[in-house]
Amino acid sequence: MSSVAPVDLPTGEGRDDSSFEEAARDTKSGRIKRRLTSPWATAAAIAIAVVWTIPTFGLFISSFRPAELIQTTGWWTIFQNPGFTLDNYRDVLFSPSQSAPQLGAYFVNSLAIAIPATIFPLVFACMAAYAFAWIKFRGANVLFILVFALQIVPLQMALVPLLQFFSSWLRPLQAGLHNLIPIIPEQNYLPVWIAHTIFALPLAIFLLHNFIHEIPGDVIEAARVDGASHSQIFFRIVLPLAIPAIASFAIFQFLWVWNDLLVALIFSGGTQDVAPLTQRLAELVGSRGQDWQRLTAGAFVSLVVPLIVFFSLQRFFVRGLLAGSTKG
Amino acid sequence: MTTADLLGKILQVVMGLAVFAAIVGLLVFFIDRAPKKGRDYWQLVGFLAPAIILLAIGLIWPAIRTTGLAFLDNSGNFSWDNFIWMFTQPAAIRTLINTVVWVLLVPTLATALGLAYAVFIDKSRGERYYKALVFMPMAISFVGAGIIWRFVYEYRAGEREQIGLLNAIVTGLGGEPVQWLQTDPLNTFLLIVVMIWIQTGFAMVVLSAAIKGIPAEQIEAAQLDGTNPWQRFTNVTIPGIRGSLVVVLTTISIATLKVFDIVRTMTAGNFNTSVVANEMYTQAFRASEVGRGSALAVILFLLVLPIVIYNVNVLRKQREIR
Repeated sequence: MSSVAPVDLPTGEGRDDSSFEEAARDTKSGRIKRRLTSPWATAAAIAIAVVWTIPTFGLFISSFRPAELIQTTGWWTIFQNPGFTLDNYRDVLFSPSQSAPQLGAYFVNSLAIAIPATIFPLVFACMAAYAFAWIKFRGANVLFILVFALQIVPLQMALVPLLQFFSSWLRPLQAGLHNLIPIIPEQNYLPVWIAHTIFALPLAIFLLHNFIHEIPGDVIEAARVDGASHSQIFFRIVLPLAIPAIASFAIFQFLWVWNDLLVALIFSGGTQDVAPLTQRLAELVGSRGQDWQRLTAGAFVSLVVPLIVFFSLQRFFVRGLLAGSTKG
Repeated sequence: MTTADLLGKILQVVMGLAVFAAIVGLLVFFIDRAPKKGRDYWQLVGFLAPAIILLAIGLIWPAIRTTGLAFLDNSGNFSWDNFIWMFTQPAAIRTLINTVVWVLLVPTLATALGLAYAVFIDKSRGERYYKALVFMPMAISFVGAGIIWRFVYEYRAGEREQIGLLNAIVTGLGGEPVQWLQTDPLNTFLLIVVMIWIQTGFAMVVLSAAIKGIPAEQIEAAQLDGTNPWQRFTNVTIPGIRGSLVVVLTTISIATLKVFDIVRTMTAGNFNTSVVANEMYTQAFRASEVGRGSALAVILFLLVLPIVIYNVNVLRKQREIR
């Protein structure tokens, strides 16, 4: 009898529990006090935090210093050698001179690559994840495991043949289409978009499947009984419910594409028309590795978007990370 | 960049998105109006086909083809030359050794540092801000990180004032400035520092979440047993987060094996710093040695494989225990 006491009746055991919780809270605050008085741990934490922040901070300070000062004095002497200028940013972003980095154009490219390359794989992955989770078919398990296993194939395995495929099929097809209907612009970003879409799919399908699979079956059954088709269920029920998972993966994919160098190097061609910021910066490091006034400002131009995304969407970012890291 | 250029680019993106929307729209249209007979089948095809076709064309077929290319010589005949080259040429062997050094050091050090930091700041005031500082490098591109650290390692010859932080510290202590990135084998370790700098935040965030998931009762019980903090750490915390530790080590190991951007940006693989992923790019896309590049890609795949298999096994055992 006593063991099945209703939960809302305050039994003696319940009181014990709550007092135990209080005790736990007491020791928890006690632990915090002890933590604060453990000077070694705190000192070590602060030391790590400082060491982790200083390199970026130094680059940030330097990007606002005049070229002569960057080249002759350390950034930490900013108070002895004061000097503050926006010239570096003006130079890397807007200078029309051919020898200038002209990062403005590359910044636009980065956005033009990253936004579609985030949307495309997400839509396709959502659809595939829905099919795997809620449409019964033979071989579903085998196919899903195959898609999952594709995560371990390094990009490097796909690069050479994919590039050959693009240059022997996609490019001629595009050129033909352009000649036929001149209104269609010569699509420059397409190979990079497709490459990023493909490479994102295995992880995206896996993560979204895990989430979409968790949607209560009752909800979907009820909709089916009411005569909803798969696409109606997909758009009206599954997508809205999966928004948190979609958001975290979108942030991840966006940052991944924005920060990518390898795919850009191989599929973009490297001109102002297509190449993203990372590619231009890597090129500058190679050819003008001593132009610190340009490299510092240029690096920060490329960091602005990820840092904004990071600081404003940190919660989703961490959530996506935790979801992604518990994959097999 | 002129306004016309900008408009052209915007037009491309808008067109791209419009065409994509049209494709998806058409797909949905046909899914909804599939013939009554075999409707389920057509719906399934509609939902799965885009992803499966892209994966087949863009990943499965290329991977098979790359494996084939690795066994072809320049005239297109079967040969082991590419693999023989990899295991006999001193430069290629050095690349393999460097990769092993990377994959031994980065995951262990990044995980250890991340774990220590997560424990040190656990429940301290301003934990969120402390975390953000160390986690921030995760958001930065490897190219950006490469520039940041090149600046730290910058070298000035002779009596000139050092502008690189590391050499400034060395000369401040009375030493001679060092050309960090050109001194072999030191330079490889300095590149590894950059990767650790990036990955520690990842380890810290995941492990911190795992530590918070350990039931408070376990720690209380250990405390009542009179254990000291170090004993609690090794006997309660570590076993409690074992699964997360494996995941973190695995993820960082795989990322490290594929590291390319850091080496590319900081030394371009010169001065004996190359690793497999960088060498693959150099051989296949710079030196037009497609066979060698493919062979390196295959090696990369083989290096990743055991780590993943181990990880899957651990995961499966955990599932069984549950």
